[in-house]
Amino acid sequence: MTPTRRRRLILVLGILAGVSIAGALALNAFRRDVTFFFDPTQVAQGQVKPGQAFRLGGMVKEGSFTRQPGSLEAHFVVTDFAHEVTVSYAQVLPDLFREGAGVVAHGHLDRSGTFVADEVLAKHDEKYMPPEVARSLKRRHGESRADTNPPAGSPASGS
Amino acid sequence: MTFTWFHRLGSPPYVYGLAQRLAPWCAGSALLLLLAGLWGGLVLAPPDYQQGDGFRIIYVHAPSAWLSLMVYTTMALAAAVGLIWRIKVAHAAAAACAPIGASFTAAALVTGALWGRPMWGTYWQWDPRLTSELILFFLYLGYMGLRASIEDTQRADRASAVLAVVGVVNVPVIHYSVTWWNSLHQAPSVMRLAKPTMATSMLVPLLIMLLAFTLFFVAMLLVRLQAEILRRERASTWIREALKR
Amino acid sequence: MREFLDMGGYAAFVWPAYAVTAAAFLYNWVGARRALREARAAARRRLAAGEGA
Repeated sequence: MTPTRRRRLILVLGILAGVSIAGALALNAFRRDVTFFFDPTQVAQGQVKPGQAFRLGGMVKEGSFTRQPGSLEAHFVVTDFAHEVTVSYAQVLPDLFREGAGVVAHGHLDRSGTFVADEVLAKHDEKYMPPEVARSLKRRHGESRADTNPPAGSPASGS
Repeated sequence: MTFTWFHRLGSPPYVYGLAQRLAPWCAGSALLLLLAGLWGGLVLAPPDYQQGDGFRIIYVHAPSAWLSLMVYTTMALAAAVGLIWRIKVAHAAAAACAPIGASFTAAALVTGALWGRPMWGTYWQWDPRLTSELILFFLYLGYMGLRASIEDTQRADRASAVLAVVGVVNVPVIHYSVTWWNSLHQAPSVMRLAKPTMATSMLVPLLIMLLAFTLFFVAMLLVRLQAEILRRERASTWIREALKR
Repeated sequence: MREFLDMGGYAAFVWPAYAVTAAAFLYNWVGARRALREARAAARRRLAAGEGA
């Protein structure tokens, strides 16, 4: 490689390295503001500014879903298997909302430590399989994390 | 060390002729694979245990997203080669990539929104994956806008090449965004080191579609590349012959 | 056939997604061929004008 070309190569690599480092530094500095959601452990550690609206992400704890009959207000627990947060939500839940499945809720913590949500999104994992495969997995592992049934009292269960 | 093939790839008439001959084959095989993938994805693959038939959007969303990243990487690589070796054909290739990549980035964003609404409950969120993919779309637009704003082709080539190289940092960010940060978008099902997290009956049509989209990109690249080469060439002899075909 | 078009209730999302992707294919197909057509025409004009293209 000629000296000129080597110089240009170094220049291009230098630009690449410079931008990568600048980007990494920026993203690291803004880490908390870039965080899309906090999990229950981060909430327990006080990483969220008090009174601030934020997103809570985690798994809906099995058996934690309750809803007063005749009302839209529901309560469920979001867990990351280390800490838990109780959530209350009074609007229609997304179709894929399930116990044992992922969820991202937007809202704030009230004085009692309950997370009052104004938006609940279902988060699904990267697994794709036909229903028979899911059923046989469930049979083999009992009530698995890949719960195919919506929680009782939730809109998708038809009650 | 003489890389003969590398030097030949720097020759505009050689690349022009090669592109002209290869493009129809790429387009034809892309079409066949598309039909096979559509049949496999829309008809043969079983519905998903969670998402039912809604998951079939994956057969257009994932390949579009794949193209958005792969085309940008190709564009940045061609731009870097053009910058370092001052090869016109490389700049021509980078220019040819941009509209293709931009259109499939837009397709990825829109099909993603259409998929997100029923499954997540929202068309859009500023999560790391979606946000960085949107930035990629603006990078493509910026690249094309920068080119269009500079009269002199050589200066346009060089300026836009720098932008392409700078922007390529975004590509690994997009891919790893779902593992580096908390995000709504799920982790990769296929582009991963471990086994794919997808049943084979669903996976095979997806792989076919990925290949089909890639071949379509190559075909379109080869067509646009011929145009870009013609625009940069002054020597008349080979062009006179080439235009007869 | 109706079941197929219904896409398990997700038709309103699945078919527009496929339509948008088809539009991207169409844009590329038409756009690339037009770009080549115009470049060839421009090159012919330059040759005819004796510029040496």
